[in-house]
Amino acid sequence: MIRTRGRRLPAARAYGVAAAFLVAATLVSALIGAADLNPLDTITALLDRIPLVHLPSGLSPLDRAVLFQIRLPRIVLGAMVGGLLSVAGAGYQGVFRNPLVDSGLLGSSAGAGLGATLAIVYLGHQGPAAVPIAAFAGSLAGVAVAYLSGAVGGSGTATLLLAGVAVGLFLTAVQTYVLQRSAQDLQQVYSWLLGSLSGATWQQAGEILPYSVVSVAVVLLHGRHLDVLSVGDEEARALGLHPGRTRLIVVAACALAAASAVAVSGLIGFVGIVVPHVVRRLTGTSYRLVLPLSLLGGAGFLVLADTLARTIVSPAELPIGVVTALVGSPVFVWILRTTAAVRT
Amino acid sequence: MNAIAIDQVAVDLDRVPVLHGVSCAVSSGGWLALIGPNGAGKTTLLRAVAGLLPHRGTITLDGMDLAALRGRGRARRIAYVPQIPVLPPDMTVADYVLLGRTPYLGYLSAPGRSDRAKAAEALERLDVTRFAARRLSRLSGGERQRVLLARALAQEPQVLLLDEPTSDLDLGHQQQALELVDDLRQTRGVTVLCTLHDLTQASQYAGHLVLLAEGRVEASGAPAAVLTEELIARVYAARVTVSTGPGGHPVVTTVRPPPAGASKPGRE
Repeated sequence: MIRTRGRRLPAARAYGVAAAFLVAATLVSALIGAADLNPLDTITALLDRIPLVHLPSGLSPLDRAVLFQIRLPRIVLGAMVGGLLSVAGAGYQGVFRNPLVDSGLLGSSAGAGLGATLAIVYLGHQGPAAVPIAAFAGSLAGVAVAYLSGAVGGSGTATLLLAGVAVGLFLTAVQTYVLQRSAQDLQQVYSWLLGSLSGATWQQAGEILPYSVVSVAVVLLHGRHLDVLSVGDEEARALGLHPGRTRLIVVAACALAAASAVAVSGLIGFVGIVVPHVVRRLTGTSYRLVLPLSLLGGAGFLVLADTLARTIVSPAELPIGVVTALVGSPVFVWILRTTAAVRT
Repeated sequence: MNAIAIDQVAVDLDRVPVLHGVSCAVSSGGWLALIGPNGAGKTTLLRAVAGLLPHRGTITLDGMDLAALRGRGRARRIAYVPQIPVLPPDMTVADYVLLGRTPYLGYLSAPGRSDRAKAAEALERLDVTRFAARRLSRLSGGERQRVLLARALAQEPQVLLLDEPTSDLDLGHQQQALELVDDLRQTRGVTVLCTLHDLTQASQYAGHLVLLAEGRVEASGAPAAVLTEELIARVYAARVTVSTGPGGHPVVTTVRPPPAGASKPGRE
């Protein structure tokens, strides 16, 4: 990777910084919480879990349970959700050549919201168990409808984007209607909509793992194609790329990534825009770097945001979507003002 | 031997016929310039050859029907530089030129050492190595044209399609750009098919001119045969004189019409 300006990080160092950020976020999150865990013992207990490493740790069985059954699954799930949302955001931004697009686009968030609302309102006490599946299916269906209505005639990105907005508004309207007729579920739906990782389990992480791996792998493998797409559909075609096919594949993978995240966390905004943008500021615009670094950076960002969400007003919790916006927006503005402009 | 043979090519854009059965050919290593007024269909013909537009009729490259070539196969043989290319502002020159290697990469493979070497060679060839790390938004018009040619050259094409390669450039850079193209043609045997507005430049560089008007070939042949005062007056609705320049090429000069109502001759 050629350095564009002195300030841009070479690829190897950028990976190092992003990985260090994720590790630091994990440690901070593992150490902070209601139960006071001994920092050194916690770190040795964590290192002990790494294959081939054996370290004695002074953690009590109760502390161990807190660490491995409460905090760690939440950290892992948060990291997965953050990584998925950031990769999906960056992928969509590449496909649409638009830095303001994010993972909730194309009816993804609206579809998930409608699915979750329907599950909560109409499925009664089976509702909670069905919410993730309904959100996952709703999110994918939202994107599929938007894509099918927007991609008619092989038209370009603007039509697709507008179709996504239209489908999103429509689904949100249906959801509002359903919700308005059953005000008793308002609280539950609303708290789902704002996003939360409370009650995270290893099982949830395991359930979205296959979808996460497949979707992230597909998006990452298309980084070079997104770089080619950045010269526009026509020139990309003259270079031998199939813009429509590339768009379909990347959109499908991003939709799967976003749906997996939404299923276990509810709607968490902002991550998909802010993380790829910060990465671009640091390393340049090549998607071959932006995508993997967004994965790492997004994971770390959401772990930190979730740590804040569960500690600021402890023992209560803030919705994580509120935290990402509340903390993320000022940081984002600060970054915008202190670094040179990067256009995509 | 004709490198590119265009036979009865017709194109409709938004159901409006834009080209009506255009035929022309350029020999291998030759330079054909498409000239004609705005809206004559020059760019459309170029885009049809690039495989970017559905068309009727046939276009062959070395006798091979281009319709049988798809995507990467075509891109390995034909490089296309549009008049207004999309330049991602923050992409570096080096990364941009490397995009020229796209047709040679497998679906999931990244550019390898030989691709980087080819891109570096193209940068060197067009004398833009020293700003390889510069962002595209920071290039002057002349530098941009060289970078565009470098990307096309990294494609190692047999045919170079250039849409108005001099439109944004001052006189000196226009000349430089055309000299560079001619140099690539002579040293690499690249066949050049371009559109040009400047008729005198077209006559200086292209061995063969095709004059298009309203989607039809109005005249075709050596510059001296195509660039006549009557033809230009008719097709362009312009008053010109055609003289012979120092190299023996026709030189087209516009002439102001006499001021309305004035009887005395204009300024000398």
